[in-house]
Amino acid sequence: MLSGAKRLLLLAIVMAAVVSLFSAHFNRYYLGIAIDVGINIILAVSLNLINGHTGQFSLGHAGFMAVGGYTAAKFSLVLQPALPPWAQPLIFFVGLAFGGLIAAATGLAVGVPTLRLRGDYLAIVTLGFGEIIRVIFQTTEAFGAATGLTGIPNWTSFGWAWGGAAVSVFVITCLVNSTYGRGFIAVHDDEVAASASGINPVRYKVTAFVIGAFFAGIAGGLYAHHKSFLAPTGFDFMKSIDIVVMVILGGMGRTAGVIIAAILLTLLPEFLRGFADYRMIIYSLLIIGLMLARPQGLFNFGKAAQKA
Amino acid sequence: MTEFLQQLINGLALGAIYALIALGYTMVYGVLRFINFAHGDVFMLGAFAGSFLSPMVNRFLPPQSYAGGAIVMLLAMAICAGIGILIEILAYRPLRKRPKLTVLITAIGVSLFIEYTCQHDKVFGAAPRKFPDLIPVTTWHFGQLVISSTQVIVFVTTIFLLIALRFIVQKTRVGTAMRAVSFNEQAAALMGVNINSIISFTFGLGSALAAAGGILFAMNYSSIDPLMGVQTGLKAFVAAVFGGIGNLPGAALGGLLLGVIETFAGGIPGLSNYRDGIAFAILIAVLIFRPAGLLGKVQTEKV
Repeated sequence: MLSGAKRLLLLAIVMAAVVSLFSAHFNRYYLGIAIDVGINIILAVSLNLINGHTGQFSLGHAGFMAVGGYTAAKFSLVLQPALPPWAQPLIFFVGLAFGGLIAAATGLAVGVPTLRLRGDYLAIVTLGFGEIIRVIFQTTEAFGAATGLTGIPNWTSFGWAWGGAAVSVFVITCLVNSTYGRGFIAVHDDEVAASASGINPVRYKVTAFVIGAFFAGIAGGLYAHHKSFLAPTGFDFMKSIDIVVMVILGGMGRTAGVIIAAILLTLLPEFLRGFADYRMIIYSLLIIGLMLARPQGLFNFGKAAQKA
Repeated sequence: MTEFLQQLINGLALGAIYALIALGYTMVYGVLRFINFAHGDVFMLGAFAGSFLSPMVNRFLPPQSYAGGAIVMLLAMAICAGIGILIEILAYRPLRKRPKLTVLITAIGVSLFIEYTCQHDKVFGAAPRKFPDLIPVTTWHFGQLVISSTQVIVFVTTIFLLIALRFIVQKTRVGTAMRAVSFNEQAAALMGVNINSIISFTFGLGSALAAAGGILFAMNYSSIDPLMGVQTGLKAFVAAVFGGIGNLPGAALGGLLLGVIETFAGGIPGLSNYRDGIAFAILIAVLIFRPAGLLGKVQTEKV
């Protein structure tokens, strides 16, 4: 028998796939936004593992997303002409996984040296790495340099995006609730006490970083095949901030809250489309107001809320 | 050899501007222990203040005169000092007892607010605009070396401001109080130092230096836009960490070194494309190998 969580996961994937079958009947504009929401849920939940559960403030999540996105896109562009059309989902799946793994490897390379730092230093170094990754893509001819990669096959359907979101929520929730996952929360609550209890903080931090980067890479691959166009400017510092704001708005370490925040913040710009000129001004005021009034996040109630 | 000297001069001119901005980061970090992300935007506001003040000052003084340029710069510094103090009172003061990350995110919010407000069509607009010539623009040739009058002004102004800053911090009452707050805030408060006014003063001083940096930058590159503070601000922050954050001579040294390194790297074929990444690579190397920075003291962490 499957446990409750696994049944939910299966249900979510089946639902995403079924809804996806009917997606031809939907308004393309709404469908596009729904896919954006799914991708942003993956990004927010994966950053939540690093920022929320493990308490390591990272400002470079867009960099890992870029690594996964470019890898998956290049993979599809190279293999698509070589293989028959029925192999498309297979190429896509392998490409996404490959992008995720390369992003995870980048996460490992970035994480091992930097996770010795704490607080705002870590934030700045991850920001620096995010910028370096962007500069590398911006100057590499094979990845389209400053003009970006174009003509990426448009394969990300509703089912892929929400199926991916369901899998990432499932994996990260199960991980955090497992015996091993208690270590992340221990590191977040008190590093010294955690290491005194036999938990190796660096190992846990790097693990969180690598897993977070993996899912960010998957989200990047989905994003690339959704927009069918990748430009390095799409992965700048602002994108990382967007994801951080989702995590903070939802309440650090609150998976349900973070998902709600990802949905709301993806929809917000669409609602504000009428006053496009003031959109980003409102957004920045929202960040400041949130920090002044409710730094523990909008959807964070209970004990943790009082402590924050 | 001439090329080397030329690059060195260009690098030092850029580095001097980084140094002025880096001082603001380092001073605020010294008293409040947080990174004021909005500092790069104050630098941008300084440049814009200069471009709006210049025509007004030209009504009284002939355009492109050294006296006029000096007055524009002083006024812009005063305006930005006011803006810096206002940002601290409105956004950071209510958060002073909160966790550091809350303040860091608020600072990012303030920075985004300034950037997007200024990009709005009714404010400055997103398009780059030309910065007026504040001083007579001439170039001097020494053999094959070329030095422009704006570069000379950058050096002269920076040296003057650094000496003035050193005087304020080391010799005056308020400077002593600043150092006391940075050393131990509680003890300083017990000795009768008004913490709030010292923090306001620090923000004002740092913002004034950033405004001076903004005008010098605009004079050298003659084009300004509302996002000019983003990359420059981040690099100046790197310079502050490079020299040892919280350490004033360190910030100046870090700024100059960063400017020189970046300019030389820009001159090497193949590396020039990665110019923007170099500052961050330096940052990461410094934080990993010498987290206290070049001139900073290594502090042992107490549990």
